[in-house]
Amino acid sequence: MATGAQEKQYPPSLLNFFVYNPKFGPKEGEEEKKILFYHPNEVEKNEKIRNVGLCEAIIQFTRTFCPTKPAKSLHTQKNRQFFCEPEENFWMVMVVRNPMIEKNNKDGKPVVEYQEEEILDSVYSSVLQQCYNMYKLFNGTFARTMEAGGVDLLKQRLEKFFYRYLQTLHLQSCDLLDIFSGISFFPLDKMTYLKIQSFVNRMEESLNLVKYTAFLYNDQLIWSGLEQDDMRILYKYLTTSLFPRHSEPELAGRDSPMRLEMAGNLLHYGRFLTGPSNLKDPEAKFRFPKIFVNTENTDEELHLIVYKAMSAAVCFMINTSVELTREFCEQLDSLVGPQLTLLASDICEQYSINRRISGPEKEPQFKFIYFNHMNLAEKSTIHMRKTASVSLTSIHPELMKILGDINSDFSRVDDDEEIIVKAMTDYWIVGKKSDQRELYVILNQKNANLIEVNEEVKKLCATQFNNIFFLD
Amino acid sequence: MSEEHYLELCGNPVQFENASSVNNVFFDEANKQVFAVRSGGATGVVVKGPDDKSTVAFRMDDKGEVKCIKFSFGNKILAVQRTSKSVEFINFIPDLLHLEYSQECKTKNASILGFCWTNWNEIVFITDQGIEFYQVLPDKRSLKLQKSQSINVNWYMYCPVTSVILLSTTVLGNVLQPFFFRSGTMSKISKFEIELPGVSKPAKLSLSERDIAMVTIYGQLYVRYLKHHSRTLNNPGAEVILYHLPRDGTCKKMHVLKLNTTGKFALNVVDNLVVVHHQSSQTSMIFDIKLRDTEGTLNIHQPVLPARSIHPYKIPLTGPAAVTTATPVPCELYSSTWSVFQPDIIISASEGYLWYLQVKLQPVVNLMKDKGKLMDFLLQRRDCKMVIVSVCFQLLNGSDKGNLSVIATVFDKLNQVYKEYLEAEQSYPVAVETGQSRGNPAQKRPVRTQAVIDQSDMYTHVLSVFTEKKDVSHKFIIAVLMEYIRSLNQFQITVQHYLYELVLKTLVHHNLFYMLHQFLQYHVLSDSKPLACLLLSLESTYPPAHQLSLDMLKRLSTANDEIVEVLLSKQQVLGARRFIRGVGGHDNISARKFLDAAKQTREEMLFYTIFRFFEQRNQRLRGSPHFTPGEHCEEHVAYFKQVFGEQALMKPTAS
Repeated sequence: MATGAQEKQYPPSLLNFFVYNPKFGPKEGEEEKKILFYHPNEVEKNEKIRNVGLCEAIIQFTRTFCPTKPAKSLHTQKNRQFFCEPEENFWMVMVVRNPMIEKNNKDGKPVVEYQEEEILDSVYSSVLQQCYNMYKLFNGTFARTMEAGGVDLLKQRLEKFFYRYLQTLHLQSCDLLDIFSGISFFPLDKMTYLKIQSFVNRMEESLNLVKYTAFLYNDQLIWSGLEQDDMRILYKYLTTSLFPRHSEPELAGRDSPMRLEMAGNLLHYGRFLTGPSNLKDPEAKFRFPKIFVNTENTDEELHLIVYKAMSAAVCFMINTSVELTREFCEQLDSLVGPQLTLLASDICEQYSINRRISGPEKEPQFKFIYFNHMNLAEKSTIHMRKTASVSLTSIHPELMKILGDINSDFSRVDDDEEIIVKAMTDYWIVGKKSDQRELYVILNQKNANLIEVNEEVKKLCATQFNNIFFLD
Repeated sequence: MSEEHYLELCGNPVQFENASSVNNVFFDEANKQVFAVRSGGATGVVVKGPDDKSTVAFRMDDKGEVKCIKFSFGNKILAVQRTSKSVEFINFIPDLLHLEYSQECKTKNASILGFCWTNWNEIVFITDQGIEFYQVLPDKRSLKLQKSQSINVNWYMYCPVTSVILLSTTVLGNVLQPFFFRSGTMSKISKFEIELPGVSKPAKLSLSERDIAMVTIYGQLYVRYLKHHSRTLNNPGAEVILYHLPRDGTCKKMHVLKLNTTGKFALNVVDNLVVVHHQSSQTSMIFDIKLRDTEGTLNIHQPVLPARSIHPYKIPLTGPAAVTTATPVPCELYSSTWSVFQPDIIISASEGYLWYLQVKLQPVVNLMKDKGKLMDFLLQRRDCKMVIVSVCFQLLNGSDKGNLSVIATVFDKLNQVYKEYLEAEQSYPVAVETGQSRGNPAQKRPVRTQAVIDQSDMYTHVLSVFTEKKDVSHKFIIAVLMEYIRSLNQFQITVQHYLYELVLKTLVHHNLFYMLHQFLQYHVLSDSKPLACLLLSLESTYPPAHQLSLDMLKRLSTANDEIVEVLLSKQQVLGARRFIRGVGGHDNISARKFLDAAKQTREEMLFYTIFRFFEQRNQRLRGSPHFTPGEHCEEHVAYFKQVFGEQALMKPTAS
């Protein structure tokens, strides 16, 4: 179509992002004090104050209807605002510009059409919540920072963190998975799993400083010594930020001879993903990122050591009261490196055996997303491997949006439910909710009827989910 | 000081009249009997066996000095050798004449070196010119020659356990010819040569019978040669060489035990350990040929432990002597008057004692620091079970606590033996049925030896006690439990549910629910109904346990009734009905249970649906929608009528 070629699409994008506390500048003329962080920073002061004031007013106003649950979002023609109060009186606001289509009118002049209904509240509310969680993982709570260094320190930390973090928010590719913010678990047989357990326990014993350990393979979780909520956000960091950053050099390294460490007689492929990139370097710094978790105590501050050999990655978490030295890192490298290398090849071997047993790939036929609220397990055959920049999906955004809508329906009631949607094209979309589990299946069968679709889904459940209690 | 004497003399020795000018003492290795012969037997012969009951006393005429005296098996016939030409016999069978009869050796000019009983009525004479195998006919008071073989003999050796006689032949004496005896037959086994350290010139007898013995170690017969330090070679010390002597096939040099010292040695075998006593240092060392240091056909062994003396021994005072002297007298160990016999006997003829040598395991535990090696050692010992259990317990507790890799090694060693036992037990009935075991005496029913430490032992004596400990970190407890489960899995031993329950309880006790969740997710704790029920009971403290439990019940596939119960208790009546229909069990479910649950929801339409479902089932199964009295649904029928009216009941369809 001739007109189609002239259409220009604009995905949703970040307009503003700010953090404020209404208690910090209650008097007139002191409004600026409320603002702790504002993006973009270039915005004129009065506009900042106006925008913050507007949010404050909306929240205050909606409180009159429901004091415990003030407004979560505000829909306007051009944009959508999301509000979140992660800590008492600390508000985070994210303003997203609605996706637009730019068309030329009869006169050839460009006209912008906002697609107000295209983005989902649940998705972007989750994104906002994640922003806070990620901030908290590396900085601890706002309140804690306030105690430590007052407003100035808090402002400084917010600036430092969000300046970089907001650039990595790819709002156009946010979807259902952001709502779940789940964890992908690596499928593994019992024996190999026990070996990993044994490895983790021995390492924790030998490196007696280690408080918690997490073990991942192929960017999928196998073991977490952290509590679920802490692991959830750490997993997000590892898989969307740390691992992708290191995957490129690794891929490049395939062709050239691998860097082989000689520790005793043992060759190993172990290396630090955080901390020193080369232990031999006399200038090497032994500084590791600090994270805050709530596994045993609230706001526990830990060093995060991520060490990787082939596809196996281990996170060792150590209390920050301990200073990490070169000796410790060398000990860790010589102890963990060879064993982890061995374990990684074990896992790889076992995994390929299991795959061979389970027969040729049966999945591609089905596109589905599965999520279990109980253990945060998520599985998607729709999403490609996530990279640092974008998450790719293999289906049309339109269908992704339907999945999001079904999810919103599910979240409104507690009972088990099943929703089947016929999409505009030949697609059928089935959403099932059983107890704490949700399953979304996308079927593309020409002229299929409801009964056939139902049968197909049953087949999928029988093959993929036969070992769990999932009501048909 | 910790106890370090790992060898001791038994506490209840056999006591006999000590050797003197009028009393000669003989020892028969076959029956383990001590003969005290006073004045050639005229003033009495007292025979003491291994236990008190087997004492025999009798008199016989003094017909000259006794050279050798032995009973046949079961004390049926006594054989006495007084000259080098003949052996005399006395029947000890009731109702048979108690008069002596005699048998001269058949070979002319030969002199009898000795004799040995190979059965209650079979005897072998060994002469300097060969061997003669006789059957004794006690009722006829005569002997019948069964077989004989001419061969020049220097000396001989007899192993009663295996009925093998070893003859030293040739001028040097180092070519050994074994014979094997079984129920009336005598068979020659291929001869072999002992390598001597140096050949003396002119050739003379160089292999002494003192340096050779036949011993059974781990069920195999070995010819044990004590090779003294040779002056010509730069040899660090004496060696014990074990030649394996199979019943068929040739004798092979198998093991070398390094003594690393020189001097006078005496050897025993106790509990399959070779014990070497060294007189000048008054110490003993032990060797275990199953503890391998090197691979290959020839194994070189070092002593398992540093040499220690036998535990100090005080002569117990029994009888009237106890009254006269108050304190027990310390016994001189490694005395030059000691005689050592196979396998584990030490005799002091001058004091009149026979002891059995014993190995004490607890001092071994103290001395051997390498726990893996210690386990290898202990697992081969008699009565080791409680010692092993205590070692395991120490390994997990207190100051001597081991690290996880040591614990893992120990678990693996225990489970290896456990697995071997389970496999033997499994293959046994198969072998019996297929008749493989017939004619193959080696295939015995597997005996549960002391060494098998199974899951229940481990649970009862070690793990359940250990998990109760307050002073051990829960991290360590869980790591140990997982390590044990890993080891069992590695040997493909089915883990018993009580171990899983222990893990589960420990995790719950320390509020480690997420850890538990992950274990269940990877099926580390195998599915079972008891475990699923335990999970259900956790729901109030940890809500996800509900889902975990249902998943487990589903996988068990034999727990559909339980699943229905769980769902009904949650008032998920429709869910329960859908589930049971999905698995095809809806014809057998109790209508009453469903109707009860439906009524409790106070949802009338739900009740209606369920009621109608059962009416339809009744119609389908019995041709009538009515409930039978056995279903006890009268109350629900009444309720249905009350709510929906009588006309709403389903009408029977005419067939």
